[in-house]
Amino acid sequence: MTTPLLPTDEDVEVSHPTGEPGSRDNSLQVWVLRILSALVVPAVLGLFFFTFQFLQDSSRNKVIQIVVAIVVGVGGVWLLYWAMDRLVSLLPERAEAGVRPFVFAGPALVILGFYLVYPTIDTIITSLRDSSGEEFVGFANYVVIFTEAIYIEALRNSFIWAIVVPVICVVVGLVIATLADRMPRKTESSFKSLIFLPLAVSFVGASVVFTFIYNFRPEGFGEQIGLLNSIVAAWGGDPVDWLRVPFWNNLFLMVILIWTQTGFAMVILSSAVKGVPEDIVEAARIDGANEWQVFRRITVPTIASTIVVVWTTILITTWKVYDIVAVTTGGRDGTSVVAERMVTEFFTFQNNGVGAALAVVLLIVVTPILVINVRRFRQQEATR
Amino acid sequence: MTAVAEKPQTVETKRPVDPNQSFTASRFPIYLTCVIIAVLWLIPALGLMVSSFRAPQAIRANGWWTVFGEIFNSATWTLENYATVLDQGFGNAFANSLAVTIPSVVIPITVAAFAAYAFAWMDFPGRTILFALVVALIVVPLQMTLIPILRIYTDLDITGTFPGVWLAHTGFGLPLAIYLLRNYMGSLPSSLIESAQIDGAGPYTIFTRLIIPLSTPVLAAFATLQFLWVWNDYLVALVFLGVADPTKEVVTVALAALKGRGEGALSLLPAGAMVSMILPLVVFFALQRYFVRGLTAGSVKG
Repeated sequence: MTTPLLPTDEDVEVSHPTGEPGSRDNSLQVWVLRILSALVVPAVLGLFFFTFQFLQDSSRNKVIQIVVAIVVGVGGVWLLYWAMDRLVSLLPERAEAGVRPFVFAGPALVILGFYLVYPTIDTIITSLRDSSGEEFVGFANYVVIFTEAIYIEALRNSFIWAIVVPVICVVVGLVIATLADRMPRKTESSFKSLIFLPLAVSFVGASVVFTFIYNFRPEGFGEQIGLLNSIVAAWGGDPVDWLRVPFWNNLFLMVILIWTQTGFAMVILSSAVKGVPEDIVEAARIDGANEWQVFRRITVPTIASTIVVVWTTILITTWKVYDIVAVTTGGRDGTSVVAERMVTEFFTFQNNGVGAALAVVLLIVVTPILVINVRRFRQQEATR
Repeated sequence: MTAVAEKPQTVETKRPVDPNQSFTASRFPIYLTCVIIAVLWLIPALGLMVSSFRAPQAIRANGWWTVFGEIFNSATWTLENYATVLDQGFGNAFANSLAVTIPSVVIPITVAAFAAYAFAWMDFPGRTILFALVVALIVVPLQMTLIPILRIYTDLDITGTFPGVWLAHTGFGLPLAIYLLRNYMGSLPSSLIESAQIDGAGPYTIFTRLIIPLSTPVLAAFATLQFLWVWNDYLVALVFLGVADPTKEVVTVALAALKGRGEGALSLLPAGAMVSMILPLVVFFALQRYFVRGLTAGSVKG
């Protein structure tokens, strides 16, 4: 959309400062362009509005609606930036240089403010108010979530998730990365793709995938169609309702997340393992180190920082996990976690205060990582 | 998917013929471990895929692994489940997912690219502080924002609309996008930009003609990440779209609803799940290189 308009864009900038006599046509053109570009912003906003009306009307043809939505949504944004840039170039040169950065960065900052900064502050305030949000109750909601059994259970489970899942993902991912490194190239890449594949699957999809692993039928209700129970049955055991076994059901749910996230750990760690200098490894081997010693004393220390990064990233993902629990058990049978509990409090019980307090707990745990990220960014900037 | 099913075989057949790494007894444990891991990772997905092509009664009657006894019997295989799920809302949900995902990828990339360019190459007051804020926002949990935004959306009456979801996804995707793009754009040589300026190009021209084409790898990397993120998202689509207007439910919401129906819908689950996964898998295999690059860059955040 913007490309064909660009040559005129250059014309404007070149013709303006030179202002040679006889360029009257050109300057007329410039003025037309100026007026048009001034009209683009309201026009785009109007376009958005009418599209909105159009999309609200559910009687229209679905496909046309979707095409219109995509064209307007995508094209409109580009057009808006273009128009704003044109408007800014109407300003005197000095003002232009001062204003343009805000045209470029402004929309992003406004969106961030609206969707992340304001809601975060608002949620913190909500967490200090009662369920309807009218009275200020201090830390009462926090007292509730740290004393009542249902919330303690959610907190306990979330901590177990956060400890178990990242560690297993990193360990298994590192084992796979190290082993794959010794394979012939083609085998390695197909092997890695296989482990990596579940990362493209949604948590909801992954939960459905594991339905056919964990499925349970009480005896007398037909053949077991869940893989685990059919194995149990083949060994002569009684079928187990895996997702209702107290405490252990949490681990069975974690398996689903591990299945999807190990590929992530593996890919990142694999590229780090390949970055370990070959000559150091060779030197160690010549000195008589066996494979385990090379791995333990050279590979792991060399890639330690990558391990920490991968571990942190999976930790954040795990801490915020909602879909898997919501779709499989819905938090019943002692499987509730903080992120899931928060949504339940908010949507099912309209208990905003407690819901917000749980959300704040989610934030507090990732805050150290946030601080470290910002601090590291500042150091990078200082050395730039 | 077929490519996946063939992979373990490659593991076994390639090994002895490869001249460089001939099979030795000492390597046996390594290969054994790899085969075990591969099988463990493959089985869940394989089960789902096989099940989706079985007759509904058969899915309910016995386990999917029983098909291996009757694999060449044409009566084993059917597309019936696919026809049923597409008819029962998954066709509609697939279209909705597309309508949600495409703008939710393109809008944040556009907004982030402009912002990243300003952060990397323009001088303005508060630049460092504002960028530090962006870095901080990368890890803020989505859950923090649900209650206030839903309240505003309800007041504005835009729950259950596509633009509402696009903007929400834009907001949640922006911090990482700005961070990745700014670091990449900032590493481009300044001589390039200076020479373009000398040639009389304005900032907008430099941005669209020079910076954007040069940033293709990082744009593709983020696009792949964001695509998978939005397509696979359940919570945002449920809260802002699915609850308010069930006709606009996306594939994950439709699949979760199907799962919620329990044993009765069991025979439809595999096909439904496959429909919800097919596009991300295609994107994933086609753009795996970019995706890995995005992951590598994204994980080294901060």
